[in-house]
Amino acid sequence: MRLGFIFGEIAQGLKRNVSMVISVILVTFVSLTFVGTAGLLQLQIGQMKGYWYDRAQIAVYLCTAIDPASSCPQGAAGNDIKKAVKEKLDSATIKTYVASFEFEDHKQAYKHFQEQFKGNAVAKYVTPEQLPETFWVKLKNPNDSQIILESLGGQAGVFEVRDQRSYLDQIFSILNAASLAAVGIAALMLFSATLLISTTIRLSAFSRRRELGIMRLVGASNFYIQLPFILEGIVAATIGSLLAAGAVVAVVQFFVQGYLAQQVSYMSFIGLGDAFLIAPALVLVGILLAAVASSSAINRYLKI
Amino acid sequence: MIRIENVTKKYRGTARPALNQVTLEIEKGEFVFLVGASGSGKSSLISLILREEVPTKGLVHVLGEDLVRIPSRRVPYFRRKLGVVFQDFRLLPNKTVTQNIAFSLEVIGRSRGLIEAAVPDVLRLVGLEGKGDRYPNELSGGERQRVALARAIVNKPAILLADEPTGNLDGATSEGIMSLIERINLAGTTVVMATHDKAIVDRFKKRVVELSGGEIIRDERGGSYRAAESGGES
Repeated sequence: MRLGFIFGEIAQGLKRNVSMVISVILVTFVSLTFVGTAGLLQLQIGQMKGYWYDRAQIAVYLCTAIDPASSCPQGAAGNDIKKAVKEKLDSATIKTYVASFEFEDHKQAYKHFQEQFKGNAVAKYVTPEQLPETFWVKLKNPNDSQIILESLGGQAGVFEVRDQRSYLDQIFSILNAASLAAVGIAALMLFSATLLISTTIRLSAFSRRRELGIMRLVGASNFYIQLPFILEGIVAATIGSLLAAGAVVAVVQFFVQGYLAQQVSYMSFIGLGDAFLIAPALVLVGILLAAVASSSAINRYLKI
Repeated sequence: MIRIENVTKKYRGTARPALNQVTLEIEKGEFVFLVGASGSGKSSLISLILREEVPTKGLVHVLGEDLVRIPSRRVPYFRRKLGVVFQDFRLLPNKTVTQNIAFSLEVIGRSRGLIEAAVPDVLRLVGLEGKGDRYPNELSGGERQRVALARAIVNKPAILLADEPTGNLDGATSEGIMSLIERINLAGTTVVMATHDKAIVDRFKKRVVELSGGEIIRDERGGSYRAAESGGES
């Protein structure tokens, strides 16, 4: 095996189809960046789930004077109702699941509301009586929320029992949809990358048809004939995937850590460690893709 | 050495077979002219021996290989035992004479040392000493065909296939190429040469196989381009 000869052939092939090679590099770069972004988004979702699910509580909202009679026939919840709910939470059957709970009255709710909606017009119009009194329940295992939902849901004077995770789930499903969209775009781009690689190989084989004809005549082995083409595709795709890997790392370093994490300080974000998890996978995908695309192209366009 | 039995070759989309029930045996060291009009099947026969084509029916055995059954990954190794030249030389225009010949050895993985020794040798043999650094477009037609011959024999093939090697050359130049091919033959290489060149066939008095419409209509030792008046089919 003459390595120098093979590398010479690859260099020549790359030089001859510069514009095609550049387009292969760019398409693999963009498509793999999408794949990487989808991966990052999934990791971020995972991280947020872990973070927020730990903090999510169950809110037992008690009836207020303004709640409709259909759910609160007896009007605003009185002390007897608060006592009944508290007793239930303290009862032996439920207590085993509950880590802790606290009561928030109108005044505290109003204070939290004013903090949360500071500057918002709605803060001016709301009165303490309109905000429900609430038992905030923290569970030992957040997955047991159904028990609380069932046992307190039908309680007289309770307006609604709500697992905060249901709000989070909506956010996560939006993020999931976004990452699915990224995967979809990535799949399309990867498909066009495959086609582009095979067209490039075909062009390259065409421009080298004299050499190939002679190689076949003098009995160069199939491997020897095909290897430069396959490597040519792999070199181009590797450059593209390295760029994509770099882009993923850069996005995490400069956008997520450098911007988002500074702006949104209460949330935890993925770090460089996660990016370095995804980057090598991208390079691997790029190389595999090129190997498969170019060897199938060669089998189609190079008759031995 | 070459045994072709009842071979029929049909190309897709053509009604008439290019070769029809052809049987031919060529011994080691022979020199065979394939003659006949264009489209008579000479080139098809050469393609079959090279295993560029597979017969539709029949058997092709060359150098002990069954070319109908040979697995495609073994074909390159089979072809290394053959040398081929064509009417259009098929040289690489961007490589020098030396590089053209070396290329055919490089692509079958020969070592640099062997190539450096073999190329000047074969250039001397074909009478192109001192022209190794020329490019094909700087050479005459005869010299180009000598380069092609050098490339064909540098790997010491058992069989030399020549498809109209003098087709693009004038009479005197053709003579030079032919005496070179004869020398190669005398050194022990079997030669199969398709040609239209009446003068050459008549002068060299070798075995002549005449094809017409895909069939062998004459196979004559020491024959001439046209069948003799007395007939001469054997």
